[in-house]
Amino acid sequence: MSEDIALMAHLMRRAGFGASRAELERHAARGYEATVEWLLRPGDPGDFAEDIAKRRAVGFDEGGAAFELWMVRMIHTNNPLEEKMALFLHSLFPVQYMSQGRALLNQLDNFRRHAFGSFRDLLLALSRDPAMLLFLNNNDNHRDAMNENYGRELVELFSMGVGNYTESDVKQCARAFTGWTLGNADYMAVRAGKNSFDPYGSIAWHFEYRPDDHDDGSKGFLGESGPFDGEDICGIIARQPAAARFICARLFLFFASDDIDDEGRKAIDDMVETYYESGYELRAVLRALFNSAYFKSDAARFARVKAPVELVIGAVRMTGASPTPGAGSAGANGASAAMGQALFRPPSVEGWHEGKEWIESGALVQRVNYVAALFRDADKPGVRDIIDRIARSNGGVYSPEQAIALCLDLIGPVTASQETRDQLLEFAARQGSVDLRDPDADDARTRIAQILALITAAPEYQFA
Amino acid sequence: MPPTNGTNGSHPDRKLVVVQQSGGNDYLNSVVPYTNGHYYDFRAHTHHDPEDVLKIDDTLAFGPTMGPMKELWDEGKVAVIHGIGYPQPNRSHFRSMDIWHTAEPVEISQEGWLGRVVRELDPKGENVLSAVNFGVGLPRALGCDGVPVASVGDLATYGLFPDLQDEWLRKYALEAFAKMYGAAAGKEAVMGFLGQTGADALKGADILRTAPERYSSTIEYAGNGIAKSLRDAAQVMFADFGARIFYTQHGGYDTHAGLKTAHPQLWSELAPAVSDFMDDLEEHGHADDTAILIFSEFGRRVRDNGNGADHGSGGVAFLVGNKVRGGMYGEYPSLAEKDHLDGDLHFNNDFRGAYSAIAEKWLGLDPAPIVKGHFEAFDLFE
Repeated sequence: MSEDIALMAHLMRRAGFGASRAELERHAARGYEATVEWLLRPGDPGDFAEDIAKRRAVGFDEGGAAFELWMVRMIHTNNPLEEKMALFLHSLFPVQYMSQGRALLNQLDNFRRHAFGSFRDLLLALSRDPAMLLFLNNNDNHRDAMNENYGRELVELFSMGVGNYTESDVKQCARAFTGWTLGNADYMAVRAGKNSFDPYGSIAWHFEYRPDDHDDGSKGFLGESGPFDGEDICGIIARQPAAARFICARLFLFFASDDIDDEGRKAIDDMVETYYESGYELRAVLRALFNSAYFKSDAARFARVKAPVELVIGAVRMTGASPTPGAGSAGANGASAAMGQALFRPPSVEGWHEGKEWIESGALVQRVNYVAALFRDADKPGVRDIIDRIARSNGGVYSPEQAIALCLDLIGPVTASQETRDQLLEFAARQGSVDLRDPDADDARTRIAQILALITAAPEYQFA
Repeated sequence: MPPTNGTNGSHPDRKLVVVQQSGGNDYLNSVVPYTNGHYYDFRAHTHHDPEDVLKIDDTLAFGPTMGPMKELWDEGKVAVIHGIGYPQPNRSHFRSMDIWHTAEPVEISQEGWLGRVVRELDPKGENVLSAVNFGVGLPRALGCDGVPVASVGDLATYGLFPDLQDEWLRKYALEAFAKMYGAAAGKEAVMGFLGQTGADALKGADILRTAPERYSSTIEYAGNGIAKSLRDAAQVMFADFGARIFYTQHGGYDTHAGLKTAHPQLWSELAPAVSDFMDDLEEHGHADDTAILIFSEFGRRVRDNGNGADHGSGGVAFLVGNKVRGGMYGEYPSLAEKDHLDGDLHFNNDFRGAYSAIAEKWLGLDPAPIVKGHFEAFDLFE
């Protein structure tokens, strides 16, 4: 196994949803930093047959289709980091489905648009996002009847964290967002209730600023004062050291490791420095992270429990499966939901509790069964590709040891413990040696697929 | 033999079955105030006609498709808990369900109330089957650090690698799984936790797989999802694995539309399923040891929206069992507009009171650490 390929696989698991060996070789030939650059500058996402997905999702309401459509895009996109950032931002700024599927899809576009830009602009876009306005009731935040919901979560959950502001800051923040509402809200509520998708469901959710409902009095916020509105507030937040540390630490936890150790803290310090140098630019911060010594180090490899969406999309992409959108638990979103992560249904405004909390017995059974079943099918394009690569090396004849080593390499590479390798070996040895020289050796191909499936059931495969 | 359960609590044979009506079961069309003029005013389009409902007394009736529930009621086995909810209702399905699951209406918590029950019942986590969930996805009610819970989608095919047809291959794969996770369980941090979880899952699956073949019954359940889940629960219960808490869900009760069609249809599945399950318990000698709680995250708006009703607050829960003291508990909230809470029925009894009664009077546990406080509890059990 070449170190270049292993490092590239690590990058693609984190900055994307994993990659096939052919993709890894392409990226490795281009070089690590050039690949980081490619990831940071998404181009055409490609054709993911949204029309067909919608047609196959017949019978699903707008919201149901929104979940599935996003899954389809994650499976087929040419811009893995763009979708990964959308997933990060959905986890950081979670909204729940409330019959506003079109607003959710629009929000994802909003996230994609701002994923690599300035954190200030992202907060501002979030504050004007119809799905968020609705979810945290800022449409009920009036000059004469304040609703603090958004104002509070903006400083607490979305940008700084408890301990970095006072209760008065919360109130002043909420005041600044009075009059920030949805255009034509009553009509939209009725339309959303109809819940259709196309052609009637493409509802033009939009932000509206109502000067007559905005409190333009002077406000004291985080030590500054003036007749602030929401835009000023986002600017003030973005320059706070607490906000810089907050967003950098959240990016670190999502992309680098479930835990922050001393070395990790140093990596975050560097990200914070980049944050200020670049004018709060998330692209620059991500570049600093992916190119850091910490990210490339052994400590960061397999240091995150795969979130259900990552696990499902990763397995679907690698095997080349195409699950039917909208087919309940058989669909990608249904599978992920059964493992504890249903898109647009986070447990609360806090989002999902990640890392170790993904692990429970029912979810683990679902994880193992779903992924193993995909890899057990030797006819899936991605599985066929792995087996063909094995057939082409070493003259096509393997001892069990060699078969295991090749499988672990080509499915990841996955670094497995001695105990896991012993068990894989014992399992392989029961089937005898594997001979792939005969191109019609279906039996041998099936046996390789069985080994691949067992690798995906191993504890190591649960980590990214 | 599976490990025996810890015997905390003074009634080691007693079981609790929880049926969650997901989506917000409509109170007014489940327990119908059929003599109340407001009902016909507010539910101009979606009321049940008085001649269709199943009358309980001079003011209330079960919905038209709740016949088997009515029979259980007539046998004195149903407690109807009126106006159940919590202060400052939250009309989000997810948040409201979370509140019911965690028994924490204010703070956001990850720890489920039934998870805490299981921790009390089996403090050392000796039985991986103390609590079993039937359905897809583990409800937060059962989540609790260090508490193993088995979650079964379909008992007939439950377990690891259900798609592996070859019996030997499956055996080898399971052996490999057991050893890989067993080895991981000895490691540190997250890998160790994952290993233990995998080992527990496998142990639970191994035991659970034997349940269907040990089961024999004259009861013929219907083929729908909730009937199947309750039949699965019966199979696990009768196999004597020491399971105490059973959980399942039925849905979708989110009848923004279809209050006159979908809602009666749901009850036409749930009511017979509960009644068949009760008969099955009777046939196998478990009826005196089992109580069934049926709840939903909220009731629905008093005023209908045409052919449905939107999210509301105060709702209704049911407790069913031989040892349940049948009857009405609490008061039906006033339907008069002036008494509404933002268009909803006002909750008038805290769901944590019902939880407390179940924990204390049924399972013999101190309710305070489970519901995080002291709540007035009805005398729901004989």
